[in-house]
Amino acid sequence: MASVEERQFRVEPFPGGAPGNQRLVEEGRLPEYAVVGTRPVRHDGTDKVTGRARYGADIKLSGLLQGYVLRSPHAHARIVSIDTSKAAAVPGVHAVCTNADLPSASHRAGDLGEGVVDWYHLNQNVLANDKVLYTGHAVAAVAADSVHVAEEAAKLIEVEYEVLPPVLDVREARLADAPVLNDDVRTDRQPVGEQGDTPTNVAKHFHYEKGDVDAAFAAAELVVEREFTTETVHQGYIEPHTATALWSPDGKITIWTSTQGSFMIRMQVAELLNVPSSKVKVVPMEIGGGFGGKIAVYLQPVAAVLSRMSGRPVKLNMDRSNVFDATGPTPGSYMKVKIGVDADGMITAGEAELLFEAGAFPGSPINPGCMCVFACYDVPNGRIDGYDICVNKPRSNAYRAPGSTHVALATETIVDEICEAQGICPVEFRLKNAAKEGDERVDGVTYPPVGMWETIKAVELSEHWQSPLEGPHQGRGIASGFWFNFGGNSVVAATVNEDGTVSLIEGSTDIGGTRASISMQLAEILGIAAEDVTPTVVDTDSIGYTDVTGGSRTTHATGLAAIKAAEDIQAQLRQRAAILWDVDAEQVEYDSGATLTGPDGQSIGFQEIAGKLNQTGGPVVGRGSVNADKHGGAFGTHIADVEVDPDTGKVQVIRYTVVQDVGTAIHPSYVEGQMQGGAAQGIGWAINEEYYYGDDGRLHNASFLDYRIPTCYDLPDIETIIVEVPNPGHPFGVRGVGEVPIVPPPAAIANAIYRATGVRLRSLPMSPPKVLHELLAADQ
Amino acid sequence: MAKKRIISTSINGDPVEFLAAPRQTLLEVLREDLDLIGTKEGCSNGNCGACTVILDGRPVDSCLVLAVEVEGSDVETIEGVAPTDGLHVIQDAFLDQAALQCGICTPGFIMSTKALLEENASPTEDEIRFHLAGNLCRCTGYDKIVRAVQQAAEGETN
Amino acid sequence: MPRVHIPAPARDLTGGEVDIDVEASSVRRLIGALDLRFPGFADRVLEEGELKPGLRVAIDGHISPMGVLARLETDSQVHFLAAIGGG
Repeated sequence: MASVEERQFRVEPFPGGAPGNQRLVEEGRLPEYAVVGTRPVRHDGTDKVTGRARYGADIKLSGLLQGYVLRSPHAHARIVSIDTSKAAAVPGVHAVCTNADLPSASHRAGDLGEGVVDWYHLNQNVLANDKVLYTGHAVAAVAADSVHVAEEAAKLIEVEYEVLPPVLDVREARLADAPVLNDDVRTDRQPVGEQGDTPTNVAKHFHYEKGDVDAAFAAAELVVEREFTTETVHQGYIEPHTATALWSPDGKITIWTSTQGSFMIRMQVAELLNVPSSKVKVVPMEIGGGFGGKIAVYLQPVAAVLSRMSGRPVKLNMDRSNVFDATGPTPGSYMKVKIGVDADGMITAGEAELLFEAGAFPGSPINPGCMCVFACYDVPNGRIDGYDICVNKPRSNAYRAPGSTHVALATETIVDEICEAQGICPVEFRLKNAAKEGDERVDGVTYPPVGMWETIKAVELSEHWQSPLEGPHQGRGIASGFWFNFGGNSVVAATVNEDGTVSLIEGSTDIGGTRASISMQLAEILGIAAEDVTPTVVDTDSIGYTDVTGGSRTTHATGLAAIKAAEDIQAQLRQRAAILWDVDAEQVEYDSGATLTGPDGQSIGFQEIAGKLNQTGGPVVGRGSVNADKHGGAFGTHIADVEVDPDTGKVQVIRYTVVQDVGTAIHPSYVEGQMQGGAAQGIGWAINEEYYYGDDGRLHNASFLDYRIPTCYDLPDIETIIVEVPNPGHPFGVRGVGEVPIVPPPAAIANAIYRATGVRLRSLPMSPPKVLHELLAADQ
Repeated sequence: MAKKRIISTSINGDPVEFLAAPRQTLLEVLREDLDLIGTKEGCSNGNCGACTVILDGRPVDSCLVLAVEVEGSDVETIEGVAPTDGLHVIQDAFLDQAALQCGICTPGFIMSTKALLEENASPTEDEIRFHLAGNLCRCTGYDKIVRAVQQAAEGETN
Repeated sequence: MPRVHIPAPARDLTGGEVDIDVEASSVRRLIGALDLRFPGFADRVLEEGELKPGLRVAIDGHISPMGVLARLETDSQVHFLAAIGGG
């Protein structure tokens, strides 16, 4: 293949898209598919536009009780005593539980596929035992005839607290004299290091080093070092957490819940309740958004315990303030990052010190933060230190490309500063320094074929980049971002129906149209229409183990399972045709038009042979089971135009384009939707969203009024340019798309604000008070 | 708890009588007592619009309306939008434009869109964005929702 | 011969060596060979014969689902990485 610099590209409208939906096309390279790349109506669409789709809270069962969870009013306190007797005596109350009603847990690490959890800490997070570690930490729960009775009874639970000083800032929490949240936490040096021996809030210290960093900085033409802070933010899914449980007298526990991973809920519930996983059936309801925040259990084990105690099914719903107080967030951070370049604008060295809030228990995304901080570029010498630090905030959870958005703010604004200092165009700088196949990251891993360079090329060729800004106080910035994506375990089973359609069952909960993207891959292989596949997401008793819908893995890995299932069907149908024609199966071909042909000119279509299955050996079920590992990383580069009001400091995004290498877009509308939605979350994180805490550690803005996510009136049209550099690890080239688009917005907007005002912001959110403060300071 | 009252109302064109305690919201009664679960709860304090219904022709957050307040009113929920044969033009537009991902906000958006188009059959993009600003969506970035409303408006005026 | 990248916090065991060629046909054998040369290495990465919870092995840049059972080719590049959780 020609070197990338010699290849010819153009940006054009993506067929079937709305105005603003574009793609990068390389001359002479346009893959041809029948179903992949088209835009069929999603299979679950009608249920979702008519209100018939059943989400977590929509489950109804006979004898259902409603529950209420009592939560801590303190950010940090020791629980001296809990007296539930008055609550239990309220008429209509059927059960009251505390941590004492959970089996005792020990410090044991559990592997949740994409991450690790300490079962003791998870037990403590579900219902506090010795200490409460954040406002909203669950303390006790009540099941009653109605939610109102449960709530009033819960208020009668008497909890005696010994209030302790909270620590909220990572820089304070790591000091030797800081209040220690968990006396069992020691600093774990990673990867493959040793563990410390003194109690601390610093749960992990990641260290990566490559090359001779000090010599490279000493020899650099220009070195820029800056400090950054970001605030705690929430995923902000519209559906609150909910769980309904029935603990049957035969010992079987059924959980109806909305989750990104029903098997992950099964594993956590079984472990926390000390029952075999086969005794737990998780029924995934439709899920109203997750973004990483609906993987860990909160209510599920509590509802199960209340059901065991009451002998009735129990439903627990969070309200919105519970969601903000006790779930989600992705960490606030402090970061110090340094980059050195030579006289030609080539990066020669990078160094980063990253402090992420773990929240109440260890587990921030500090490791991916470390691995992403210089991931967009070829950095020959690098040193990265990252710290996972407990503070009195909710236990942090994954949020879309966890950790990568934080570090992109640092790296991408420093890059912009270097470009300005050296007089280099930001596009040219990135084209020169872009990570390519064969480049080694600071963590030592070498890139397979990736599309970072192509995303920048698409920016350069875009109408947006080439068009002038039109008014005063306007500026344009760009920024890039990276995410690893993921593979993992997925299972698909597909049954051929006698009318020539296929019923597909899968274990991946559908958050954003994956029923469609998985069905389309099966349809492409079989040569049938996407509409002739009927996908159903089934419970944990009905399909094999499937990892979470997260990490941008589902269209890739569950898609691979669907492809395998389709190939299995093809093989079986060739055998059936061989029986019909009395020939060897090896002599039967399955062509892309869904027609089987024999050695002597015989021919039978998919629909026709589907009607002859019972007489040729019985129903045909195709099976696909994978543990995928060649997911291929993904890069995005965004263009942001902003207008800054010099009187108020308000930043308005006036034009926005998302460019991303998605490998291959299976259903372009939902790929564009991921790119647009991720960008919208990133824009909210950039200019508006933050957890606002008082000194006492109480969260002051636990509502959608005060924690304001972008509305449609806040945002412009979000244009998209899909770049398709196929992933060699997938037959159609799928990389996964969901994570990357949240990464670049804060940096792109910070760079745009600088171009508009001459002021560099290095602290999120870039909200009006902060921007105005910086503008006024710059004036003086 | 205070005694329940009998409320007579019209829901999706059908006369309905139900019992409601004074503390119960319209949202709670729709979902818990009348099994109209298409109306979704996202925040319970009027900030997200997931529970939008049309009350006497106006879009309201049903979590901010007490059930006893709808005595004698006309209530329209997502369950009443589709005609008996097929889908409403707004519903078709949301599907054509892929204007939903997780779908939890979709019933609320469709109700707000219906109220908008009944009042203004040809809204500008700015009017659409202003009118829908009370409905939060965290998945889509709104772009495709706006396209769907535009398509529905064209479909309705044609 | 497969080449293993030693993570920075484990270079105290290898005397600062970063990339080490090890004759081994599987990750389990590679860890055994490393432990012979650099005593204590196996304790850092294994627990009851399996990779420690949360530790992953990547072969040629791809995290292997097979852990210590993963097979190595003569030109395999091996990395020990902490698990990465997506959203």
